[in-house]
Amino acid sequence: MKRGMSRRRFMTSVGAGVTTAAAVAAAPRVARGSPVAEAGRRVDLVLQVNGSRRRIAVEPRTTLIEAIRDGLGLTGTKPGCERGECGACTVLIDGRPRYACMMLALEAEGAEVTTVEGLMRGEALGAVQQAFVEHDAFQCGYCTSGQVMAVEGLLRQHADPSLEQIRQGLAGNLCRCGAYAHIFAAAKKAATLKGTGR
Amino acid sequence: MASRDIHGIDAPWGAFRHVGRDLRKVDGLAKATGAAMYTDDIALPGMLHAKTLRSPHAHARIRSIDAADALRLAGVHAVITGEHLPVTYGILPWTQDETALAVGKVRFVGEPVAAVAAVDEDAANAALKLIRVEYEPLHAYLDPFESLARHDPPIHEGRKDGNVSKHVHLAFGDVDAALAEADVVIEDDYVFHGTTHAAIEPHCAVGHYGADGVLTVWSSTQITHYVHRALARVLDVPAHRIRVIQPCLGGAFGGKSDPFSLEFVVAKLAMTTGRPVKMLYTREEVFYTHRGRHPMHMRYRTGATREGRLVGVDATIVIDGGAYSSYGLVTTYYAGQLLTGPYAFATYRFDSTRAFTNKPPCGPKRGHGSVQPRFAFEVQLDELASTLEIDPIEIRRRNLLGEHTTTVNGQRITSNGFARCLDVVEHASNWKTRHGQLPFGRGMGVAGSMYISGTNYPIYPNPMPQAAVQLKIDRSGLVTVFTGANDIGQGSNSIAQYLVAEELGLALDQVRVVSADTDLCPVDLGAYSSRETFMVGNALIDACRKVRPLVVRAVADHWQVDPSRVRFVDGVVVELDDPPLQPAGVAVGGEARPGASPPDAAAGRRWMTAAEAFQLAEARFDTLGATGAYNTPTLGGDYRGGTIGAAPAYSFTAHVVEVSVDVETGRITCEKVWIAHDCGRALNPMLVAGQMEGSAYMGVAEALMEAHGVNRFGLHAGPSLLDYRIPTTVDTPELAALIVESLDPEGPYGAKEAGEGPLHPAIPAISNAVFDAVGIRLKHLPFTPGKVLAALRARKDAAAGTPAPALAGGAR
Repeated sequence: MKRGMSRRRFMTSVGAGVTTAAAVAAAPRVARGSPVAEAGRRVDLVLQVNGSRRRIAVEPRTTLIEAIRDGLGLTGTKPGCERGECGACTVLIDGRPRYACMMLALEAEGAEVTTVEGLMRGEALGAVQQAFVEHDAFQCGYCTSGQVMAVEGLLRQHADPSLEQIRQGLAGNLCRCGAYAHIFAAAKKAATLKGTGR
Repeated sequence: MASRDIHGIDAPWGAFRHVGRDLRKVDGLAKATGAAMYTDDIALPGMLHAKTLRSPHAHARIRSIDAADALRLAGVHAVITGEHLPVTYGILPWTQDETALAVGKVRFVGEPVAAVAAVDEDAANAALKLIRVEYEPLHAYLDPFESLARHDPPIHEGRKDGNVSKHVHLAFGDVDAALAEADVVIEDDYVFHGTTHAAIEPHCAVGHYGADGVLTVWSSTQITHYVHRALARVLDVPAHRIRVIQPCLGGAFGGKSDPFSLEFVVAKLAMTTGRPVKMLYTREEVFYTHRGRHPMHMRYRTGATREGRLVGVDATIVIDGGAYSSYGLVTTYYAGQLLTGPYAFATYRFDSTRAFTNKPPCGPKRGHGSVQPRFAFEVQLDELASTLEIDPIEIRRRNLLGEHTTTVNGQRITSNGFARCLDVVEHASNWKTRHGQLPFGRGMGVAGSMYISGTNYPIYPNPMPQAAVQLKIDRSGLVTVFTGANDIGQGSNSIAQYLVAEELGLALDQVRVVSADTDLCPVDLGAYSSRETFMVGNALIDACRKVRPLVVRAVADHWQVDPSRVRFVDGVVVELDDPPLQPAGVAVGGEARPGASPPDAAAGRRWMTAAEAFQLAEARFDTLGATGAYNTPTLGGDYRGGTIGAAPAYSFTAHVVEVSVDVETGRITCEKVWIAHDCGRALNPMLVAGQMEGSAYMGVAEALMEAHGVNRFGLHAGPSLLDYRIPTTVDTPELAALIVESLDPEGPYGAKEAGEGPLHPAIPAISNAVFDAVGIRLKHLPFTPGKVLAALRARKDAAAGTPAPALAGGAR
């Protein structure tokens, strides 16, 4: 994904993921030979989520967020609009932030899906999570998993992002509590924590 | 009761251990890891999913509803309509004008008409399409002035005053005489548009009807107690058989402080089907549910002496209320009652009228009822300053209300840090060397405000405590706090933990907070009116001070020393020197833990853990616990409505805003906001700063980006987060949170509110900054490029001597 894009372009690109996912580097592919969508008919799907292989049965039209929340019980990923407007459901697909509501579960087959739960190392918080707690980078917390994943994705692209890069990188994740300044501080802190090997 | 006790502003054990520090929130780890449980995260065995059929008409009679086909659809368990939930409700006891599902007629596009419970959302949605509703469309009132001019057919039948939702007229002193004698009078019209909360979590509720006959409703509400009462009324189930629980809540801002259709619907469907039922609103439904900021059309006349001293303010306000009352009665009062600070004026009159319209109902949004008049008045005050050639900050100083005084409408003012707020923003923004001196296109503006810190108005009149808590003191060393308070992200659970740990001398992890569960927690009225820190905080201190002496006495008797020599610090009880050391002399390490050896032990003094102390006290006095309560003292003016707007304390805010205006495109960019806010005492400065920033962010957005409106059919202009533009990271200006502490005599350790007050000045300050930048006065919100360009053109034409075209208020 290009850096320095506006929120609308970010969302357009994410939203277009349904049709253009294959064009993005290392992006998920629609499984070859998948049956044509038939409402109500479930197909088996193997998802690589947070480092483990999970087999679930989904309808072809099931979105990734539905598969993650309802199918796998990973409720850290939140629905805020379910149409690519708010970013609360951001997860990593092969290390890049994507809206889980704008992707079909089938599209994620073969990709590495990371949710907020996947940043934990056992009991230990991931660097971004740690930084969010220290900098009070949330109030109500509903957009937080999405913000955390967007920062995680940003830091995998830019190990030491500038404030402008942070702003741009998080432009697709709305926080209605207005905690952005705290989130920026947390992103900086997380970069430091990751840099020191945490 | 606790209101009679002034707890004081001092630290209970000499020096604060937790208060005043940037501590983590109690739910921080859960939120950062995704473990925090929100309402939609609840899944119960056999749970059904419900969806709502909504009105396509702004105003129509319902001739018939036929749900037979929907009921036959596979997977559908139940369909309910207004006839199944006919009992009216409303947040205020005097205006119970809503039903969970429309009865007889619909009054706005999006009003709930029927609901379906099915095995999943898809089946429920499919069933909605099979419900046939026959409507007879009626004339739709979309303009409040039309609503007031005619009311045939009326929006609500059987009312004596047509489409008037509420009218308030109050006068204090002889305004006409004062304005007649004033050296200068500014008179103008101001328009505040509608805005909405747009919390990222949509409304959600889960209902469960147990075999024991207990109805449990989990809901994303900020008013558990009022939902509890409303459910009992509407469902005709005794309140003691209903349990309401607020799980973790994903933002509210006032938008979840009414009882809502879905809470009744999931309860009724759970009772009907015998299965748990969940309903999650879509983003579009959230926009139609609304309860956002009331649009107001305001006419203000303000008079002053040549020296800039205010002599009188006269306001006429027409409020667009939408289809139902909600908090509208209070809004209509607040529109006038909350303007009487932070400036003093000897005469004041306001006349405000709330009109019903066929639009989604308005309600309370952050800064309820007072953000709109504040905008009008602060812009007018700025105009007064420029007319009299007085610096805008100076004119505000000349009219300071001061502390420990009474406002013109009889409200008691205690602590007041507004003068310092002005000093702080003036200094931080380099106002003196920059205001009026920046290049054309760049400018600075100032505005001030005052807001309630809790209200003495308990929504339904009753003499019981407004806030109550319960403490359980466990022999393990744990203290559990039970509070009905609603943590909506503002951190009320965290504040409860800090205060109890401070009062009882415990480590933070020795205090756990259970909140917003009507079965477990004493009643608290909820998260509105910025009341939680002030009222629940006082109730907590009250409870702690009932139980603490018992523990201290048990330890003192055990050691055979005077109780004054027993001190709790971070979970360890130590024996002080004889005579007791002065507070500052107690040197205890930062992270002492129960079981750890405290530094004083080396000196040979006796010590024990809090758990051991609790055990001594439990052996001596039986099971340990305490209740605490708070009620406001008697407040308010001695006239009808005089208690509305009366608060036990008021917060004060001043903003300086810097903007740049692109005269080619008309686009205003808010560059920076300096926010000085008097919060009494910052119990946790990091949380206070977060509230100040979040408030200012929301205010800036209301001025420049957001607009909640309907088209000529009453259809929402854009019920999505793409069309309703809330600020992203790149839209949000730099925000400097500058905390001012006035140490309120009645707040918990001197604390007041921080969550709503700091929103107010942002909007007028932007208008005032635009005047400084390019010389135009923006009086109609939102400040769109179209309005800026029109005003610039009008200014240019006026300068050239050609008549300016009238500015259309709604031009965008």
